[in-house]
Parts: sequence; C-alpha cells; structure tokens
Amino acid sequence: MSRRLAYVQAFNEAVRQEMDNDPDVFCAGEDIGAFGGVFGTFTGLQKEFGVERVVDTPISEQAIIGLGVGAAVSGLRPIVDIMFMDFICVAFDQIVNQAAKIKYMFGGAATVPLTITTGGGGGLSAAGQHSQSLEALLCHIPGLKVVHPSNPYDMKGLMAACIREDNPTVMIKHKRLLGMKGEVPEDPYVVPLGTANVVREGTDATVVAWGRMANEAADAAEQLHNDGISVEVIDPRTLQPLDTETITESAHKTNRVVVVHEAVRFGGLGAEVAAQVQEHAFDYLDAPVARVAAPFSPVPFSPALERHYLPDVDRISAAIRGALERPGA
Amino acid sequence: MTQFDRDVQLDLHRRMVRIRLFEEAAGQLDEAAKLPGFLHLYVGQEAVASGVCAALTDDDQITSNHRGHGHLVAKGGQFNQMMAELMGKSTGYCKGKGGSMHISSLDVGMLGANGIVGAGSTIAVGAGFANKYRNNGHVSATFFGDGASNIGALHEAANMAAALQLPTLFICENNEYGEFTPRDQTMAITDIVDRAAGYGIPGVIVDGMDVVAVHEAAVEAVDRARRGDGPSLIEAKTYRFYNHHGVQNLGLKYRTDDEVEQWKQRDPIFTYEDRLIAADTATRDDVDAVWEELRADIAAAIEFAESSPAPEADQLLVDVYTSTDTAGVAR
Repeated sequence: MSRRLAYVQAFNEAVRQEMDNDPDVFCAGEDIGAFGGVFGTFTGLQKEFGVERVVDTPISEQAIIGLGVGAAVSGLRPIVDIMFMDFICVAFDQIVNQAAKIKYMFGGAATVPLTITTGGGGGLSAAGQHSQSLEALLCHIPGLKVVHPSNPYDMKGLMAACIREDNPTVMIKHKRLLGMKGEVPEDPYVVPLGTANVVREGTDATVVAWGRMANEAADAAEQLHNDGISVEVIDPRTLQPLDTETITESAHKTNRVVVVHEAVRFGGLGAEVAAQVQEHAFDYLDAPVARVAAPFSPVPFSPALERHYLPDVDRISAAIRGALERPGA
Repeated sequence: MTQFDRDVQLDLHRRMVRIRLFEEAAGQLDEAAKLPGFLHLYVGQEAVASGVCAALTDDDQITSNHRGHGHLVAKGGQFNQMMAELMGKSTGYCKGKGGSMHISSLDVGMLGANGIVGAGSTIAVGAGFANKYRNNGHVSATFFGDGASNIGALHEAANMAAALQLPTLFICENNEYGEFTPRDQTMAITDIVDRAAGYGIPGVIVDGMDVVAVHEAAVEAVDRARRGDGPSLIEAKTYRFYNHHGVQNLGLKYRTDDEVEQWKQRDPIFTYEDRLIAADTATRDDVDAVWEELRADIAAAIEFAESSPAPEADQLLVDVYTSTDTAGVAR
C-alpha cells in the first residue's frame, strides 16, 4: 500500500523497518536519540528500539565514524550520522583512510557494512560550513558508495539498500527536501544501488541532475515542454557507482547533454559525467556537454547572494537552450 | 612474578621471543633491500604487546599502529603469512595489498596495523561497542604511542569509550619519542596516564620492560572491562631499540648512544630470562630451546615468503568492494 510521506519520514521508515528486520542494525550520532536528530530524521527510533540501538554520541565525528567502522568489521550493521555534510571533513581520515580501504588492505578478509548518513546541500542561508555539496570528494574514493535521493520514494528504497549493503555507503539527505512529499509504499523495498532513474523521457536533450537539482531539472523540462522542447531528465540517484550506461544511452538518443549540480563546477562530479559521455558517446554529440553548477566560492550566507550561487530552473533552462542552439548533424 | 602459573610465565617469554626473532629477521631483510616499503620495528617493546595479548583471547580484538608486527605476533599471528605480507606476496595475510603498515588477521582478532597515527583507537571503540551490544564478554584493546596521545582521534575515542562505558583498553606505549622528536618537546606532561583523569577512566603506569608487570595490569584492566566496568588506560614506559624506521634508518642521531645503551641493559627478554632462571621456573637450556625452535620457524617463514608468488595483475581490482545483490553496476 502506498501513501504520501515526506522525504524525512521515508528515511525514518526505512531505518525503522531495517532495524525491525535485523537486530544487528543500530544507529549512532549526535542528538539522534531522545531528540530525534536536528532534522528529525531519527524521530521516535530511540523510544521504539531503546538506548542500546539508537545511541547519542559525543560531538566527536572521528570517533562516530570509527565506532561505525569497528562495529561493522565486528559484524554489526551500523548507521552513523554526521549531522551536516560539511562535518565529514572533521572525520575524513576515518572515512577515506579507514572505512573505504579496510577491505582492500586486509586482502578482502573484512567487510564494512557501514552506512554514513549526512545532511547536504544549500538554500537555507546556513553559510559556508553548513551548506556544502561535497559528493565529488567521496565519489573519488575507491571503496565508498554514495547515494543522494531527490524524492521520498528513492529515499526509502536507497536507504534500505544502503543498510543492506556490505560496503561503506554515504547517504546524503538534502536538507531542502526534508519536507517534500511523495508516494511511498508501506512495505520494505530497495532501490538498487547504481541504477539511475529516468525521471522524464525526452528526445531533444538530456539533463543529468541529482539531489534537489533533479527536481529543478524536471521543472525546467516542464517549462521547456511548453515551448515544444523535449527534455530527458536522468537522476543517477547513486553517484558512486554511477550508472553511466543509462546516461550514455540517453546521449545516443538526444545528442545533447547538460549536467547540473549544486556543488562548485570545477572538479565537480559534472566533470566526470562529461568525460564519461565524451568517452562513450563522442560520435553522437551535437554540442559540448554543458555544466550548470555553483561558482568557485564558498557558499555565501546572505539569501541575496545564495540565490545567485545555487543553480535554478532558469539557469538550467538557459543551458539547455544553449545546447540546442548548435545545429545538429 | 609467582602469582602466574608456570605455563603463563613461559608463554609470556615465548611471545616476546617470537616478536624479537620476527623483527630481527625483518630488519635484516630490510637492510638487504628485500622488503618493499616502510618498516617500523618493535624491538625493545616486546613486553608490552606480549603482556597485554596474553590477557586476551582470539575473540578479543586489538587495533594497532604503524609499528604493528609485534602486536600481531603477540596476538597469535603466524610467521609465514606475516613474512609473506611484508614481502608483498599473494600468500600474505592481506594478499600483498596491505604490507607492514596494514598487516591484520581477523582470525586472531587483529583489526589492523594502521598508517594513520591514532586512527586505530576509534576502531577499537567500535569493536568494543559491538562486544557490549552483543553482551559477549569480549574486550577490545588499542595500542598507541606517546606521539598518538596528542592526536584528536585518540581523545575522541577515549572520551566516547568512557561515555558509553565500553569494554576497551587503551594501551599507551610511551617510548619517549614521537618519530624523531622527544616527548618533552611535544607535551607539557611527563606521564600520559595523567590524561586518564580527564576521560574519567582509571589509569596506571607500568614498567614496559617488565612483561609480568604489564601482564598484571592488563589482566586487571581486562577483568574490569569484561565485568562491564568500562575502559581503562595503561601507560607502559618502554623504548624502541632501533630507529623510527628500519634498523639504522638514515643514521639520524636524535638519541645519545648512552641513552640507547642504558635501555638495552633493561632488555625485556634477557632480564626476564634471568628472572625465570633465578626462580627455577626455567633452565638456561629451556630458554635456549625456545629461541632455537622459533629460529627454525622464522627461517621456514622466510623461505615460504620468498618462494610464494607475487599477486597477479588480475588481483588489482579484487576486494575494492564486497559483491552484494544491491551492488548495482560498478565501473
């Protein structure tokens, strides 16, 4: 049975159902117990599962990740929460040098079924240390998997997949999407990691976008549809491993690709998408792969500045129109 | 010394000799340019790993640091797989993908040496959490140096272990040097154990050159952790006989010959053998037989490692990820 749930509720339900199914699943993080997490993502879970399974930790990001790594190697399936994505930087050694590499460096003897959840993205005037989209840093690290859902359905299915996954995963929750509502089946299900979602089919251009930008891209596609432009929107959902096959197939069909993300343009994941597209679809392209992304600055505080910083429907539409200005082959 | 059975006393000796022989052999191979990469030898500190690990079972976990061979040997690591790993061979504990700084064996609860100073401490906290979560009576222990006691992860780990009352031992091997810099230039305290009060956990100083003293302290700390009374800190005052890296390293002089010589007079193995013999626990022949037997094992391990195949190129991408149904399309 399906009903409408908010993105934050979909997250919560996935955690609750997986904890119900598997006694080895536990949660640890700052303020997630009695308080339920600063974004409400863990609401009610401590009351339901007890203080042993929903653990309030000190403000110690390195030890939070390390707690997860050590517990995972010892056979549990930890969900550890890093409140804001910016704070992964505090724990980067534990994520990059420990969680991601232990399996390989131990010759395969260890498994690390660890889920790291964190709140990413801008648009809340939270300034430079509480607004970043740092997915490219994580996707660059062999051993990690990275997901970033754009809607409640994908949130529940991806979160369940992360918890059941035998590798360290990072689930990026977009802070601006917490209240977004959508159809969510009540029964447990997974959205398999590494599978993109074709949000909208189209023939004139392909937009690849994730997180909140997938929704902005869909709005831009709707806007352009009224002008007779048919845009295909692809939400990879999982950023590592990236479903390049679905993206490439779309490029073969539309011959024009635009990538959109909230993270800064230089060295962003859009560069990887562009490179993959030119490697796999060079002969099909009628225009250079365009990137719509944040400029190369910290996320600004003032709403007046942040409005200019984050990509939006207008900028995405303009980029698609730009790609279409080039004559086709 | 008499409080432990003869078997335990001889076991402590054997563990130390195993470490010494492995490390001496590794040092010789390194000087002969037969080992790739970095090598941090444990010679001089054998009493610490041996005294602590003799208080643990295979189900108890340890995490280690860059100077980790001694910890794995003491925990029950096998010479063959260890030597093969140091040589980067496919038969090594990590199939040649970890090497000296990442040597590990989950079979004996050794959750890895670690190339990042202090990083193993948080992982031991996670293992301790798992033990408490499962109420299985097992404990975890993390080995770290005086240098690591200054890094943030260590403080986070100790505080978290205390806050959550986890069965985790913090074993500080204070060898007075963080790499090449003396301790008194990097901290304003003399005894690392002073920090235990800051975490709200018990802490004791032991003579790290006395394996019995270390073992006594470890047994007490393990008992406390097993009965649910939480973590504790043991500071073992010890000394590394060789350089930070390798045997002579670059010939760097940051310690006086006198200082090194004074500590060598307190060699943890030779002084212990004198005590065993004086107490009629063992004869000189008994002691010599241990060395002889283990020397043969080391020689066999070197032969095993040298004759083992290097990993094939097709192993490069194996074990980056665990394959699962939800793994999706990796490329």
